[in-house]
Amino acid sequence: MGASAIVALPLLGAILPPLFARAGRTPALLAALTPSLAALALLWGQGAAVFSGEPVVALAPWVPSLGLEWALRIDGLGFFFASLILAIGVLIFIYSRGYLAGNESLGTFYAYLLLFQGAMLGVVLADNLLLLPVFWELTSLSSFLLIGFWRHLQDGRRGARLALAITGAGGLALLAGLILLGEVAGTYRISELAARREVILAAPLAPVILALILLGAFTKSAQFPFHFWLPHAMAAPTPVSAYLHSATMVKAGLYLLARLWPVFGQTDAWDAWVTGVGAATMLLGAVIAFFKDDLKALLAYSTVSHLGLVTMLLGLGSPTAVFAAMLHILMHATFKAALFMNTGIVDHETGSRDLRRLGGLAKVMPGTAGLGTLAALSMAGVPPLNGFVSKEEMLAEALAIRWGDGWLLWAIVVLATIFSAAYAFRYFSALFFGPLRLPEGRRAHDPPALLWGPPLALVVAVVVLGLWPGLAEPLLVAASASAAGSGRAWPELALWHGFGAPLVVSVAAFVCGAALVWRYPALSRRALAWALPLDGRRMFFAAQTGLARGAHCLVVRLHSGVLGRYVLLLTGVSLVALALGWGMGEGWRPQRPPTPVNGLAVIFVAIALVAIGLVLRWHQERLRAVLLTGAVGLVVSLAFLHASAPDLALTQIAVEAVTTVLLLLTLFFLPQHDAASLPKPRGAAVVAVLAGLVVGLLAWVMMRNEAPTLADYFWSRSVPEGGGSNVVNVILVDFRGYDTYGEITVLGIAGLVIYALLQGMQEGVARKNLHAWRFPFALSATRHPLPFAVTARVMLPFLLTAVVYVFLRGHNAPGGGFIAALLVTLAFLIQYMASGLSWTMQRLRLDAHLWIGMGLLVAGATGMAAMVFGAPFLRSAHGEVPVPGIGPVALASAMGFDLGVLLTVFGAVTLALVQLAFLGRLAGFAPNRTPMDPVRPRPSSEGG
Amino acid sequence: MEVLFAVLIGALTAAGVYLCCLRQVFPVVLGLSLLSYATNLFVFVAGRLTLGAPPIWEEGVTRFADPLPQALVLTAIVISFGMTALLVVLAIRARFEAGAERSDAPAVTERPEVER
Repeated sequence: MGASAIVALPLLGAILPPLFARAGRTPALLAALTPSLAALALLWGQGAAVFSGEPVVALAPWVPSLGLEWALRIDGLGFFFASLILAIGVLIFIYSRGYLAGNESLGTFYAYLLLFQGAMLGVVLADNLLLLPVFWELTSLSSFLLIGFWRHLQDGRRGARLALAITGAGGLALLAGLILLGEVAGTYRISELAARREVILAAPLAPVILALILLGAFTKSAQFPFHFWLPHAMAAPTPVSAYLHSATMVKAGLYLLARLWPVFGQTDAWDAWVTGVGAATMLLGAVIAFFKDDLKALLAYSTVSHLGLVTMLLGLGSPTAVFAAMLHILMHATFKAALFMNTGIVDHETGSRDLRRLGGLAKVMPGTAGLGTLAALSMAGVPPLNGFVSKEEMLAEALAIRWGDGWLLWAIVVLATIFSAAYAFRYFSALFFGPLRLPEGRRAHDPPALLWGPPLALVVAVVVLGLWPGLAEPLLVAASASAAGSGRAWPELALWHGFGAPLVVSVAAFVCGAALVWRYPALSRRALAWALPLDGRRMFFAAQTGLARGAHCLVVRLHSGVLGRYVLLLTGVSLVALALGWGMGEGWRPQRPPTPVNGLAVIFVAIALVAIGLVLRWHQERLRAVLLTGAVGLVVSLAFLHASAPDLALTQIAVEAVTTVLLLLTLFFLPQHDAASLPKPRGAAVVAVLAGLVVGLLAWVMMRNEAPTLADYFWSRSVPEGGGSNVVNVILVDFRGYDTYGEITVLGIAGLVIYALLQGMQEGVARKNLHAWRFPFALSATRHPLPFAVTARVMLPFLLTAVVYVFLRGHNAPGGGFIAALLVTLAFLIQYMASGLSWTMQRLRLDAHLWIGMGLLVAGATGMAAMVFGAPFLRSAHGEVPVPGIGPVALASAMGFDLGVLLTVFGAVTLALVQLAFLGRLAGFAPNRTPMDPVRPRPSSEGG
Repeated sequence: MEVLFAVLIGALTAAGVYLCCLRQVFPVVLGLSLLSYATNLFVFVAGRLTLGAPPIWEEGVTRFADPLPQALVLTAIVISFGMTALLVVLAIRARFEAGAERSDAPAVTERPEVER
């Protein structure tokens, strides 16, 4: 419970700041601080248990079939990272209140930061291999939002995209790696992996798993060659750089390495790759950082270098190196966050962060200079500050490698240490000392407390942890023990370790570093001359442009705009896939005996074939084609009837009638085309014939094949569970009621879309064209013949009675809501056709919208009613209800649902047809006021 | 009987695909109607052919047609009406907005803008 709340508080609390921001900036800050501080209190409340070696666990099933569960676990490592995330978060929130300008949306900014905080806590507390990547991706997304927070800056948008692409791609690799890991290990619990180390390492997939996971970790922690996204992420507001891109998010990769250290650590592949990549990154970052004039770029590359340092430590293969890694993560987080905030202050006060335009600031901002100098000295590893302590541990670990194995590593570490000292010296000496230099017309002074308070707190930590490093010992031991195993001796942390190789290297680094800074002007000119040609960012954008061009070429080829080509392509590809599947299958012979052929069936199929042929022949003569298509539909409904599907036959006949009316209405606006037919795509006939042959053959094979079915299930349960003997209807309204609910909703939406499309024709170009529209053929002189009108009116009550009958019997015999809806539509359609639109509309006030809505409400309410009784949505109840005078009548609550179906389908179909008919009015087709009127000349035209 | 159904399904498919390739909308509407028949019949016969035994439950009856594909196809038939109606209305709207009843559109040519 506690663990879940720690993650949930910031995630849910992200809603608060935007709301409170309406009340002002300080309320927004308080709204952001509250969830974080609450989570921090909860976390530290678990401290006693965690330090005694008892992890705090929260477990809830999520998708058990996938192995995904909501599993959180606070052990020493998780506790360590979570404390960093929350404590630094609090400082960052306070700092942001002073940093963002008054007109910027502080509430949104806090919301993103809290979202990130929750996600990051999820990453470090997740105990499930599938849950971790969920939070991992969330941190990438929130990082994207934060880097691009200043949307008007192109650099921000670019940097955000670059970061998302790199970390997102790494996240995908990680997901694949973790899934494979879970499958190989047989468990998705991270805490159970260490015990399966042997099984995992012995698996043939182990190298693949390791590579994928390392890809994820290296991209996230900006390791070479993926380091280039991090400097570009510096386009973000400085609090973001301090928080995500130096103190926490970029450490997610390091966290993952530490977390999986018990599984993969101390193997050859792990040690080689992790140490190698880490050391390369460490040196590369340090060298580039030295030559950067932009303060944030300098700090960014320095961060890259320090991340490389920790990575290298995690690859060294000894538990004490893991301890040194944890130590440096803590120390780096304090001094680097302080430096970023310091840079933010300089930027805020002077409007620049370019070392070529700034200098001697100690004269005007002494407080800022003091804090910045202390933090930078710590970064350089100068005693008695905390950077010195962790650097000494790192050197001790790296130099403990035997010379024969590790001379290259020694060289890299020593060089990197020298350049680290150099860029750190350069940071404060060039910025704060020497003659005062400021951008034109700027006056600088120390900022308000909101801005210097948080870095001051961090610098206090820098000094305290330097003088008394033992204070952090329990936290670090707990963290290292959960990564590298408990019950071993850990290094005693102290400021003074006595003389030894590390101290010698340190002192040498200070001297060489100072010399480098002294010779900086000459060096930087030479460095610019051989500036690295391998620019990751340029390669990334080249790849992006290339992909866009390639996609464009493909789209131009595929999106020819000709429907026929698409049809042919899709059909062709399906045919090829079918052929491949067929080729791979085994031999087949019919399993079911053929059903006997009926002479009448042969005749009807022959009629259908002739009709199909004539449709192809006469598709230009549209009236004929519509009638012939209707004839084919009738044969199809007979086929349903013959093959024991009376419900389908009824539905098909009714739909056929309604569709024919629809198409005849359409013909008024899309009459026969006189023009010779437009060119057909080549190969249409061939592909069509092939498709027909293959589908026909497939159908035949399927019909003669045996396969297990669900028929018995529905057959045996229909009466006892659904209360109806028409199994098809019971499936529709009960077993698969949800599906039906969706289908009638779709139909209702289609009706509304048709309404909207046709309403839109009442204005603009369409209205003009419609007004000018002349039906090119002669219209019948008697639109509404008297005998038809009279018969239709006499028939109406009978038809409606039949509808009620068909509906009521639907649960037990062919019929039901769908069929009844189509029949009632037909009953009214006949009135429209017999007596005309106006006449009927005056008498029949049908608001089809209302019917659609009512139908969905009735169907939904029936489903909900089941929930009132504690049953799942749409579970039906049934029983016999005594009706006086008639006797007991079997009723099922599904009837209510079926009524909803009836209303919705009726509403949708009527809406479509009536609106289409109504369109004739717009075309100037005179409405009839009395039934049986002859066609009158149109007011706008000379004749008919 | 199986052969007859297969022939019917095949012929409907072939005619449907062919009509869908044409460049005016109305033949495409007809083609889709024919394809709907073919598809509905195909799904229906996935329950195999059973003659003279509708799935209406009666005590002691053991031979019956598979009701599940029938239920699936029943809603599909009604939905296919919705699709046809939407399509013809789109065609009418396009006819009166753009002045032509065509199923094809100008090809994509413009280059995409990529922010670098």
